[in-house]
Amino acid sequence: MKVKTIAENLGLKVVCGSNALDRDVTGGYTGDLLSDVMANSKEGTIWITRQVHQNIVAVASLKEHAAIILINDSQPTQETLEKAETESVPILVSNLPAFELSGKVFNLLSCR
Amino acid sequence: MKLRDVKEILDAEVIVGEDHLDLEVKTAFGADLMSDVLAFAKAGSMLLTGLTNTQVVRTANVLDIAAIILVRGKKPSTDTINLARDLNIPLLSTKYILFETAGRLYEKGIVGCLQKVEATSVRN
Amino acid sequence: MKKASSVVCKKSKRPVCETKEKAATQTFAIEGGNFNNAGLVSTSIKSILKKMDVPGEIVRRAAIVSYEAEINVVSYAKQAVVNLIVEPDFVQIEVNDEGPGIPNIELAMQEGYSTADRRIREMGFGAGMGLCNIKNYSDEFQIFSEVGKGTRLVMKIFSK
Repeated sequence: MKVKTIAENLGLKVVCGSNALDRDVTGGYTGDLLSDVMANSKEGTIWITRQVHQNIVAVASLKEHAAIILINDSQPTQETLEKAETESVPILVSNLPAFELSGKVFNLLSCR
Repeated sequence: MKLRDVKEILDAEVIVGEDHLDLEVKTAFGADLMSDVLAFAKAGSMLLTGLTNTQVVRTANVLDIAAIILVRGKKPSTDTINLARDLNIPLLSTKYILFETAGRLYEKGIVGCLQKVEATSVRN
Repeated sequence: MKKASSVVCKKSKRPVCETKEKAATQTFAIEGGNFNNAGLVSTSIKSILKKMDVPGEIVRRAAIVSYEAEINVVSYAKQAVVNLIVEPDFVQIEVNDEGPGIPNIELAMQEGYSTADRRIREMGFGAGMGLCNIKNYSDEFQIFSEVGKGTRLVMKIFSK
């Protein structure tokens, strides 16, 4: 399933990286500790987090995540946006908390 | 749903609270940052987290969290287990990652909880 | 201590509820740097308020603000004295620490701003939310700080 399909289905706001929404999402990872996400997430993951600082782009880029979804209507910092644009990492924003958003993404991915 | 069902759905190990499995649970909150839990989680919810230190139990106690579910097969320290026992808070451990833990519970009807603290601008 | 910032927020509408008629004050100590005991004082405050039949929502908010304050003391200060004051119409928690103080309170109050080290972050704190949580859960919140001396927080939660 493509990042674009998830964004459309769940009404997510695309705040940057709109040129990379065709990437394939192979799974999800929810987490707020960068060291954990760095250690345990997989390539092609759509990463759900509340962190907004620019380090998330480095993690997503290094781990080759398909995209990042920020929860609770969190807004990325300016540095995060610029870095994500440079690295072509899509950042999407949801108004849901992590539990519910993870639930919805999980359901979408498991019934494709 | 009862905590017993949660245990089944997540194939979880009950570390503390075998006698609390009939507890009724409806909502869950997933986070790794305890300040987020303190800011948003409602009393009576389950707390799903990847952290295992004693502060997770303290946070759960402060908020009257119904049960703590440790994800990613995390095993708590003896201090954490003892504190959960002292404060009478069920502690479960599942091998699923937070994403899948949330997904499986959501699929079975557990809903999210978000009790957002009113913004200061609204209040003043 | 220099007054660096006055009342940050005040709320008016509160559900009417009754705390015990008799007032009570209690004092606790927090040891800086000791993460094993972080949370002990707020747990005590919670059980004291519960025993006094203070309404659940007020107990919960008092526990949250004292817990976040306690985490701050353990994370940054040398030690602190906490006063819990229970009056018929409010609960007040004062935390006076001996520590580095906060050079820029306005900045420290911004959500997301943090000077926490890795150890604090790995415990799930240090995301720059503590002071915001304290402010949001208090009806009145005051913070005073002097660099090199310490920080004083006063949190008031009204019962009506």
